[in-house]
Amino acid sequence: MKFLVFVEQRDTVIKKSSCETVRAARNLADVLGAECIAVLIGSGVEAGAPGLGQYGASRVLVLDDPALAKHSSTAYARAIASVAAAEAADIVFLPASQMGKDLAPRVAVKLHAGLAADCIALRADNGTIIATRPVYAGKALLDVRVTSPVKVFTLRPNVFPATVAQGTATVQKADVALSPDDFGAVVTNVDVAVGRPDVTEADIVVSGGRGMKAPEHFALIEALAEVLRAGVGASRAVVDAGWRPHDEQVGQTGKTVSPALYIACGISGAVQHLAGMSSSKYIVAINKDKDAPIFQAADYGIVGDVFEILPELTAQLKQTLGT
Amino acid sequence: MKIVVCVNHVPDTETRVKVGADGLSIDRTGVNFMLAPYDEIAVEEALRMREKFAGDVTVMSLGNEKHKETLRKALAMGADKAILLKDDGVRDSHGVAAGLAAALKPLAPDVILFGKQSIDYDDAQVGTLVAEMLSLPSVGVAVKIDIQDRKAVCVREIEGGHEIVELKLPAVFLAQKGLNDPRYPSLKGIMAAKNKPIEEQIALAAAPLVETVAMRTPPAKAAGRIVGTDKSAVSELIRLLHEEAKVI
Ligand SMILES: Cc1cc2nc3c(=O)[nH]c(=O)nc-3n(C[C@H](O)[C@H](O)[C@H](O)COP(=O)(O)OP(=O)(O)OC[C@H]3O[C@@H](n4cnc5c(N)ncnc54)[C@H](O)[C@@H]3O)c2cc1C
Ligand SMILES: Nc1ncnc2c1ncn2[C@@H]1O[C@H](COP(=O)(O)O)[C@@H](O)[C@H]1O
Repeated sequence: MKFLVFVEQRDTVIKKSSCETVRAARNLADVLGAECIAVLIGSGVEAGAPGLGQYGASRVLVLDDPALAKHSSTAYARAIASVAAAEAADIVFLPASQMGKDLAPRVAVKLHAGLAADCIALRADNGTIIATRPVYAGKALLDVRVTSPVKVFTLRPNVFPATVAQGTATVQKADVALSPDDFGAVVTNVDVAVGRPDVTEADIVVSGGRGMKAPEHFALIEALAEVLRAGVGASRAVVDAGWRPHDEQVGQTGKTVSPALYIACGISGAVQHLAGMSSSKYIVAINKDKDAPIFQAADYGIVGDVFEILPELTAQLKQTLGT
Repeated sequence: MKIVVCVNHVPDTETRVKVGADGLSIDRTGVNFMLAPYDEIAVEEALRMREKFAGDVTVMSLGNEKHKETLRKALAMGADKAILLKDDGVRDSHGVAAGLAAALKPLAPDVILFGKQSIDYDDAQVGTLVAEMLSLPSVGVAVKIDIQDRKAVCVREIEGGHEIVELKLPAVFLAQKGLNDPRYPSLKGIMAAKNKPIEEQIALAAAPLVETVAMRTPPAKAAGRIVGTDKSAVSELIRLLHEEAKVI
């Protein structure tokens, strides 16, 4: 058996979610006796290829082309599917990142494969693979099996560990010829805010809700996020009020996050909010209402006023962490 | 401009999910269904495109008779006509996408809109599957769509920022929150929707490629610990996060 893992890079930097995906694929490959190959696409990306060995790739196929410097769902999907076909890969893995979600359905159609999306666990069962994926915003879990000969899986970021081990990967050029017709949709520009991590990628997320009372008080949330090097999230109530941008909304109609630590400040814990963050490893709630539903979901709670607790927490963490 | 919006009929977000007797899907008793929130944004975007470029808006849904409720809602918002692709089968995203693609092809729309994801199976794949099946370019998680001279310049959300994506019509767009604020159907719209046609076709949906083995609810979490009720609790919280949870 052969596994092929798509490795996402932005500005030649390989994303952590892809390292997680390579490692998860390799762990499964070891159980099933499969080879684990990575495919790296972009411009000037070759230098990063050998390093994928430490996450478990035995070979890395590199497609280095200036035309592929920026994402193009149509061209990237063509390239991945060509490599998968040439290698006769049985399974293609991608991170369930925004780029992975843009590519996986196209790759699946090209390979006549079923796609199990946004998996949070994978296990081998009698030579096949059972994947677990959350549905209904995490209110239920499905165990699924892909029945087509070739299979595609996307793995949710921040769930599988990107464990490092000794290992080197051989690097080869991928033999793919793209034509101008393959560039049906092209990215012409990217703006990524530097500094603060995105909520879907951050190890720690600090979120604020209506209990913060006014947009300017999010300075307290940002200060805490700063010392923890955390992402900033928000409830829908404050996004709808225009206090925070849409891309910070966590929940059923916002982003799904699974950081190691989620700190909810002045958030009541409505079911639609819990849907987006309940898979966080640890949850801290700060709310002045002891009956707020967020305390049911939290591992640790402080029943108190955010305006009293947050400055104290930030100050003490600053001392402890020296950040 | 010919615009088609694919809409799904999903359990409302307040639904308390219980596993049904088959062990494979939810217990539907007492569950309210609604037009999926992202699909509502897609319908709104279609209406705005029609306002700008003229043309017509068709809404399409694949599923059982009940999907008519959702189609009616989209008609009440202002869509011109609706198509129900009748299907009672157990489908995966691939099966649904195959049925939608087969029905979309003869219509040859200039623009096909989807929600970025349904809120039932949270698959986020049907729109892009359809695009690939029809060999059309697509933009996922679009927060801005600007069309001029049959060329679209879109803003799409990515981790920590945005991408500008360019593509030519015909094309597929997946609506993300932030694209617009969907209108509420007016009373006039609701009345008018009663007289708008819902065409019925037999869906040409495909057999599933992903099979559900089991559905379960996640293990209930043990009640958390209240560390304290004022700022004297802060140092204990930090100790717990450091020593017990080991997350800082
Ligand atoms: C279709 C649909 C989709 C939705 N999707 C989402 C979604 O994706 N994400 C989401 O978040 N919501 C979503 N919602 C909205 C959700 O139902 C809630 O309305 C929302 O989450 C409430 O936000 P909140 O907790 O900030 O506000 P509130 O519910 O008003 O809670 C504010 C909390 O702050 C506390 N508080 C007040 N003052 C202080 C203080 N000084 N110190 C400490 N605590 C204080 C209060 O005790 C209260 O618990 C959705 C709703 C629907 C119908
Ligand atoms: N049964 C359906 N009928 C019509 N459109 C659908 C159906 N299921 C999903 N869609 C569309 O595909 C999008 C993504 O769905 P999903 O891949 O299931 O998350 C939805 O937002 C709808 O626009």
